[in-house]
Amino acid sequence: MNAGERSDAGSSPTGANTSGPRLTRRGFLRKGAAVAAGASAAAAALSPLKDLAPEDVPSLAQFLQKHYKEMTPPEKEAVLNRITREVKDRYGVAATVTDPLPLTGVEFVYALNISRCIGCRKCVHACVAENNQSRAPEMQYIRVLQMEKGSIDLERSAHHYDPPLVPDEASYYLPVQCHQCAKPPCVKVCPVEATWQEPDGITVIDYDWCIGCRYCEAACPYWARRFNFTAPQVPADKLNPDLGYLSNRPRPKGVMEKCTYCLHRTRRGRMPACVEVCPTGSRKFGNVLDPDSEVAYILRHKRVFILKQDVGTLPRFFYYFDERGSRYHEPIAPVLPEEGA
Amino acid sequence: MRRYFAFLWDCARLSFVGDWRYHAWMTVLTALALTGLYAWCQQLVHGLVTTGMTDQVSWGLYIANFTYLVGLAAAAAMLVIPVYIYRNLHLHDVVIFGELLAVAVIIMCLLFVTVDLGRPDRALHLFRRFNFPISMLTWDVIALNGYLLLNLHICGYLLYCAYRGRTPTKVFYVPFVFVAIVWAVSIHTVTAFLYVGLGGRPFWNSAIIAPRFLASAFAAGPAFIILTLQVVRHYTSHRVSDDALLTLRRIVQVAMLINMFLLGCEVFTEFYTDSAHVASARYLYFGLAGRTALVPWIWTAVAFNLLATLLLVVPSSRGLRVLNSACVLAIVGIWIEKGMGLIVPAFVPTPLGEIVEYYPTGREVLVCLGIWAFGLLLYTIFVRISVPVLAGELTYQRSCGGLPVPSERETRPQPTGGDVS
Ligand code: SF4
Ligand code: SF4
Repeated sequence: MNAGERSDAGSSPTGANTSGPRLTRRGFLRKGAAVAAGASAAAAALSPLKDLAPEDVPSLAQFLQKHYKEMTPPEKEAVLNRITREVKDRYGVAATVTDPLPLTGVEFVYALNISRCIGCRKCVHACVAENNQSRAPEMQYIRVLQMEKGSIDLERSAHHYDPPLVPDEASYYLPVQCHQCAKPPCVKVCPVEATWQEPDGITVIDYDWCIGCRYCEAACPYWARRFNFTAPQVPADKLNPDLGYLSNRPRPKGVMEKCTYCLHRTRRGRMPACVEVCPTGSRKFGNVLDPDSEVAYILRHKRVFILKQDVGTLPRFFYYFDERGSRYHEPIAPVLPEEGA
Repeated sequence: MRRYFAFLWDCARLSFVGDWRYHAWMTVLTALALTGLYAWCQQLVHGLVTTGMTDQVSWGLYIANFTYLVGLAAAAAMLVIPVYIYRNLHLHDVVIFGELLAVAVIIMCLLFVTVDLGRPDRALHLFRRFNFPISMLTWDVIALNGYLLLNLHICGYLLYCAYRGRTPTKVFYVPFVFVAIVWAVSIHTVTAFLYVGLGGRPFWNSAIIAPRFLASAFAAGPAFIILTLQVVRHYTSHRVSDDALLTLRRIVQVAMLINMFLLGCEVFTEFYTDSAHVASARYLYFGLAGRTALVPWIWTAVAFNLLATLLLVVPSSRGLRVLNSACVLAIVGIWIEKGMGLIVPAFVPTPLGEIVEYYPTGREVLVCLGIWAFGLLLYTIFVRISVPVLAGELTYQRSCGGLPVPSERETRPQPTGGDVS
C-alpha cells in the first residue's frame, strides 16, 4: 500500500456524494474555515466556565481526599486544618473545626410534646443559626406544620401559616425534621456511601464525598433532606465558629445536608439548639440507653407515637402528648417564615 | 492492530463526508449540542438553581428524559429477539441499526444523569466507594454501562468484520447477543426499581411500574426504529424491506395494547380505591388544590397513546403514512407519560403534604435539547458509517489496498414511500 494509492482511495471514501474533495487550495481554505468555526463555537460553549468561583475548582488535595471512613487520623487532621483555613479565608473568622466521635453506650433519641408546641418556629431559626444554613437562598431543616385538629393528614397541613399570634385554637402543631431513622432509606440508596448511620444513631453526610445525585432526597419519607442548589450564603458575622466536620461546617454547592441532632454539641454533652431555644419545653432530647434519661422516661410513660409508622423506617424521633392535653404557654408572636435568625 | 486503526480512521473520515443536506443536518445538530453545552457550563457555575428543581421536586426534566431513553435503548433487543430466536430474516439486516441506536441512546442516558449531578467533578467517587448491591443506583450504573459495552462490542465487531470482508465468527458475537437480550430487560427493570423501591413515594411504590416500563419501551423503541429505517432507506443505498417494517409494526401494536391495558389497571387501582395515596395521581390527571401544571400534558399523552393504539390496530396502518403517524404519536405520548408523567407527580405533594409545582427553566430545556442533538448526531454518524461498510463499499481492501470504489449513487434505490400493502 503506497502513499499514492492511499490518498487516491482516501479522497473519495465511499465514492459518495461529494465529488472527490482533493486537497485543492479552495478545499483547504474551506476546511480550515470549518475547523476554525467549530473551534470557536466550542470555545464559546465553554466560555461560562471562566466565571467558576475558585472554591468550585477542586484542588488536588480535595480531589484525592478519601472518604471519611477511610481517613487516617493524620489525614483527618490535615482536612480539618484545610477547612479551618478555608473558613478563615472566606469569612475572616477564626473557627474551630473538630470531629467529635460518637460516644459508646449512647443512642440519641428525640421526643416532641405536641400538646405543648405552639408553632412559634423559634426552633427553626435557632437551627439555622447554629448549623450555618444558607440565608440566601433560605434553607431550614425543621418544618413546623400547622395541623387541623382531629386530623393527622399531612396533606391538609399548613406549611406557611402566618397569623399575628400563635397558637391558633383550631390547630395543633407538628414540627418535622430528620427522624434519624434506624432503617434509613436515605442511606440505603446513596450510590457512593456519602451518607451513613453513626453508632449513636445519627445519620450524617460527608459533604466532601456527596456527588449530589439527590436520590436520598427522593427516598426520605419525612422530607428531611435539603440540597444546595447554589452556593449557600451565610453572612460572616452570622457564622457559628464552632464547627463539626459531619455537621455544621460550611457546605459547598451541589451537596446534600440535613439535621444532625447538632452532633458537634450533643456529642459533647450539650443539648441541640432547637431544644435549648424552645420556649414551651416541648422538645426533649437524650440518650435512650440511659434508663434515667428524660427521653427514656417519656418513652416508658407517655402516650408516644411516630409519624408515618407505615413506611417502616423506625425513627428515633417520637411525638407524644400530655394526658391533660393542656397548653402551658401564653400566646406570643410567631417568627415569620422569611425572617432570618 | 494497524488495520483496526485504519478502520477507525476511515470511520472518522467518513463521518465528515456527505452531501449538503447531510452537512446542514450535522451543523444544526452540532450547534444545538454546543448550545446545550453552554447552558450546562452555566449550570456548573451557578449550580442547579438554573433548573426548575427545588427541594420539593428534586428530580425533573433530566431524570424524566433519562427514564424514557432507558426504555428506548432496550428497544434494540426487541429487534434482536425475532431475528435470532425465530430466525425472522426480514429483520436481520435492521438489527444493527437497532443496536447502534442503543449505543447512542445509552450515551444520552449517561449524559442526562451526569448533568443532573450536583457535583459531576466527583463522579469518580463511584469507583472509590460503590454502595453495591444495596443502592439501586449502583445497579443501574452497572446495567447501563454493561449494556453500552455489549452493544458496542456487537456492532463494532460486525462492522469491523464487514470492513475486513470477513464472515463474522459466531462465537464472537452470538453469545453476546443473547446476553444483550437479557440485559436489555434488566436495564429497564433496574431503572424501574430505582423508583419502585422508595417506600416514601406511594406514586412510585407500585409493582406495576416495571411491567409498564417494559411495555411502553417495547412500543416506543420499535416505533422509533420504524421511522429511522425509513430515513435510512430514503437517504442511503441500504435496502430495508417493507416486511421488516411490518414486523416491527406488529411489535409496536402488541406492546401498545399491553401498555394501555396496564395503564387502565393502574388508573383503576388508584382512583377506585381513592385512598390518601391517590394524591399524586390526582395531581397528575386532575390537578390538586388548583395546581394543574401537568394536567394538559398527561391528557395530551393519553390522547396520543389512545389514538396511536387505535391507528395501529386498524388494518390501514399497514400503509406507511398511517403507520408513521401512529409511531410519532406513540413516541411523543410515551415520552410525556414515561418522562414527566412518571417522575414529577411522585414529588407532588411532598411527603409532608406541601404542593410545589415544577416548571423547567429555559436553560434546563436547552441542556436537554443539547443532549438530544448530541445523541442524534452520534446516531447519524453511526448510520452514515455502517451503511457503506455493511454494503461492502468501504472495506480494508478498498481503503488501503487500492481497489476501485463503486459510487454510492449508482446503487442507491429510488426512495420508496406511500402504501406498502
Ligand atoms: S428522616 Fe429522612 S433523612 Fe432522616 S434518617 Fe430518616 S430517611 Fe434519612
Ligand atoms: S445526594 Fe449525596 S448523599 Fe444523597 S444519595 Fe446522592 S451522593 Fe448520596
